[in-house]
Order: sequence, then C-alpha cells, then structure tokens
Amino acid sequence: MDALLFQITSGITTGFIYASLALALVMIFQSTNHINFAQGEMAMFSTYIAFTLVQAGVPFWIAFPTTLLGAFVMGFVIERFVLRPFADAPVLTIVIVFIGLLVIFNSIAGWIFGYEMQPFPSPFPHSWGTRLVSAHQLGIAVVTLSVLAAVYLFFRFTSLGLAMRAAAQNPVSSRLVGIRVGLLLAVGWGLAAAIGAVAGIMAAPIVFLEPNMMAGIMIYAFAAALLGGINNPAGAVPGGIIVGVLENLAGAYVVGTELKLTTALVMILLVLLIRPAGLFGRTLRTRV
Amino acid sequence: MTAILEIRDLSVSYGASRVIFDASLGVRPGSVTVLLGANGAGKTTLLRAICNMMVRTRGEIRLEGQPIENMATEEIARLGVAHVPDGRGTFIHMTVQENLQLGAYGRRDHAAVGDDFERIFAYFPRLRERRAQPAGTLSGGEQQMLAIGRALMSRPKLLLLDEPSFGLAPLVVKEIFDILRAINRADGVSILLVEQNANLALSLADYGYLLETGRIVMHDTASALSNDDSIRRVYLGY
Ligand SMILES: Nc1ncnc2c1ncn2[C@@H]1O[C@H](COP(=O)(O)OP(=O)(O)O)[C@@H](O)[C@H]1O
Ligand SMILES: [Mg+2]
Repeated sequence: MDALLFQITSGITTGFIYASLALALVMIFQSTNHINFAQGEMAMFSTYIAFTLVQAGVPFWIAFPTTLLGAFVMGFVIERFVLRPFADAPVLTIVIVFIGLLVIFNSIAGWIFGYEMQPFPSPFPHSWGTRLVSAHQLGIAVVTLSVLAAVYLFFRFTSLGLAMRAAAQNPVSSRLVGIRVGLLLAVGWGLAAAIGAVAGIMAAPIVFLEPNMMAGIMIYAFAAALLGGINNPAGAVPGGIIVGVLENLAGAYVVGTELKLTTALVMILLVLLIRPAGLFGRTLRTRV
Repeated sequence: MTAILEIRDLSVSYGASRVIFDASLGVRPGSVTVLLGANGAGKTTLLRAICNMMVRTRGEIRLEGQPIENMATEEIARLGVAHVPDGRGTFIHMTVQENLQLGAYGRRDHAAVGDDFERIFAYFPRLRERRAQPAGTLSGGEQQMLAIGRALMSRPKLLLLDEPSFGLAPLVVKEIFDILRAINRADGVSILLVEQNANLALSLADYGYLLETGRIVMHDTASALSNDDSIRRVYLGY
C-alpha cells in the first residue's frame, strides 16, 4: 500500500515538472500553431546557467530568478531574431528551424559544459522530507505550483496578460485595438522559456545535469500538453499530473522502468487518435 | 478646416490583383461620411487600406494631416482610428467585459476607462447584462454592439464601420443606427461608414461617396445623393 502511495506522490511531483514544460509548449502553440521542439533544450541550457552561477558561489535563491530572467531574454531574442524571419514560411521550414535550434543548444551545451553527468544539489532543506515525500519532491510542488499560479494570475488579471491572450486568439483584431502583436509574441516566447527553465532546474537534481537531460522529460511534457489540450494552458497541470502518475504506475507495475517512456508515446498516440482536443480541450458553442 | 481623414490617389491590391483605383476621399471632423457601393465594389478593401491591414497600398492617407500609409495597423489604431471590421472581429473566447477592456488597451488615461465602461453600458444596456459571457455566445446584434462598444472604448477620433447592419433584423439595425447618431452628436466622433443599405446610411450621413468596381464615381452631400436619380434607381430601389 505504501509502495503504491509512494509511486503516486512521486508521480504527482514529476508531473509538476512535466506540467511546467507542457505549459511552455502550449503557450507557444497557442500563438503560433507550432510545437517548439527545442523547448526542452532551451530549458537544459538555462539549467546549466543556474548551475554555473551556483558553482561560482551565487546563492541558489538568487541564481534561480536570475536564470529565469536570462531564459526570458533568450526566448525573446530567439523569437525576434531566429523565428521572426520565418514568420510566413511553410510548416516544414519552421520544424527544421526548431530542430536546428534543438541541435545547436545541445551541441553548444556539450561544447561549453561537457557531456559528463553533473550532480545538481537540491536547493530544499532535508528537514522538509517526510516518510512519503522527499524534501526535493515537496520543493518541486511548492516552486512549480507558485510559478503556475503566478502565470495564471498574470494572464487572468493583468492588462498585458489579457493582451497576450488576445494576440494569440485573434491577431488581426488585436492589431485593430492597438496591440503590438509581434512584440507580445516575443514576450510570450520569453515567458515560455522562463517557465521551461523552472522545469529544467527542478528536474536537474533528479535526472542529473547533462546536455540530454530533457530528452525524456520533453516527451512526457508533450504527452501532458496533448492530454491537457494543446490549446488549453489550464490543461497542462492536470495533463502533467496524469502523465506523471501513469508513467510511475506503468513503470512499477506494468511495463518496467526500461519501457516507461513507451507509455508516454502510447498516451500521445491515444490522444491524437481518440481525442485530439485533449481531455480538457476547449469547446465553445458560438452563434453568428 | 483640415479633414480628419484625407485620402488621395489611393490604389489598393491583394498581392498582384488591384481592387481600388486612384480613389480620393475625405472625412470632415465631426461628420458622418458614407461609402456606398454594391457587393464586391471594394468598400471593405478601402477601409482595410486605411488601417494598413491585409492589403498593399499606394497613394496618400493622412490622419489630421499626418501621413499614415506606411504605419503598422496597431500604430494607426493607437493614433485614434477604431475599425469595426467586416465580420465584427470580436474576441469570441473572451467575455464581453474583456472585449471592452481590450478596446481601451492603447490608452494612457487609465483612470477614465471606468467611466467609459459606464458610458458604453448606457448606450448598450444588453452588454451590461451579458458582461461575464463569452462574446461568442452573443446574438449577432449583440456582437455588433460589442464591436462598436469596443471601438468606442479607445476614445477614437475616427470610427470606421464596415456594414454594421449586415445580417441583422430591421429593429436591431434601427437601434444600432440610433446609437451611432447619438455617438456622433454627443461625442463628436467622426465616422466613415460603409453600407450596402443606402437608404439607412444616407439618413445618418452628412456626405457620401459612391464606389463602383474600385473607382469613386460620384460624391456629394447625403441629401443630394438621396435625390439623385441614378442612385435612387440602383441603390435605393425607387
Ligand atoms: N483577401 C482577399 N484577397 C484577394 N481578393 C480579395 C480579398 N478580399 C476581397 N477581394 C476582392 O476584392 C474585391 C473587393 O472586395 P471587397 O472590398 O470585400 O468589396 P465590398 O466590401 O465592397 O463588398 C472583390 O473583387 C473581392 O473578390
Ligand atoms: Mg465588404
């Protein structure tokens, strides 16, 4: 019984990591209709920045927000200077740009930081741990839920958040009310990169730091984003939790740890086949 | 008196296909100017050209003397041009309240925005009742009211209206036109109105232009146009 509970709670906490990265994917998909395949690698690169700061003696709780700020700038700049020139390019071209970004981030990380696994110490005090959840798991829950709540409040209650939602839903009408859609798209990329960085930094103590650390997580996050509804930011959290728990249960009781990742792929396929809008996909009856 | 909007020798195209040919047109401050024309004449295209939206233009467009033909749509909006587009362009997944809020997005005088909500709700009481509903669930008439309300939230100098009567019941159309008249009188907003319903439009307008297959073929005061034989035959149906 304890073992089952343990699998579930640890599934929920990794689920929060998937949820963060899934939210980053959904945010970009909503405004561009593209999946940013490089989202995981951008998060990995940000994690190295945090790691480097901590190694240099910066306290973690200063390194963390500094990294998020750096990730924001990185996302903003990538949209403005790498993707903007391809704004009207065919889908395949954009996919190639994303894959290019993925490879570039991966290689640059390997080149600068090396390919050896580095332990990334958990920033949370050991005293937080209980019999059922470790200190780091509890920390993940606290940090990711705070970030997700902040993102929710931003989009729900600020004028900039409202304008960003408008720009994603209807860019033509947004321009007509004076919204600088292009600028806000870059801001959205910045925010997504910062949210992805949270996922990377929270994951690093579990998976160890190395250039390929986000590969598996990215697939789970993609499954979470699809399950929650690729068009529905609020679905990312339940999507992430469901994927995290199913992954753990399948790994422990069904397919074994080696085949765990397959469960994510099966979930992706099932969603695409049965319910492409996702479990929490938005439907709205409209009148004309 | 300088015109609020002055268009000179404007040509407009979609890609390689030219739709408007050397059009010239002016809107006087505080007036209602109507652009009449049959379906496909290029009325929507001309309004799009003013906002530099989806089209390529050549020629001069001035807002209070300032050239705007090379400005981005969002910057033109910020100068005080509010466009209620063809198809209304409401944010259907957002609430009525949020749609109106977005109308005020480019404004700096945040303190006055609250009063403007009240002003719009006074014109359109039904929007107040439905303020928490997604715009997509409103009736056609209510959506048109919302689109106009959203435009007014920006405190525009110039209001561009693309067939506000389209697809609406006569009673709703009358209600909307009464309110447009009130808005023009009370707030002094200049209006450029596009309509196929010439009767209705000329009853509201001070001045009118007639567009035929991309060319302005006639312009005069609204009362002169109402009495013009060819206009009466083709556009007024009597
Ligand atoms: N997006 C577009 N791309 C190409 N041609 C268009 C587009 N929109 C309208 N047109 C063409 O431009 C002409 C004028 O259309 P429009 O401005 O919509 O007329 P109106 O509003 O007077 O009915 C029509 O021949 C129409 O087919
Ligand atoms: Mg039209």
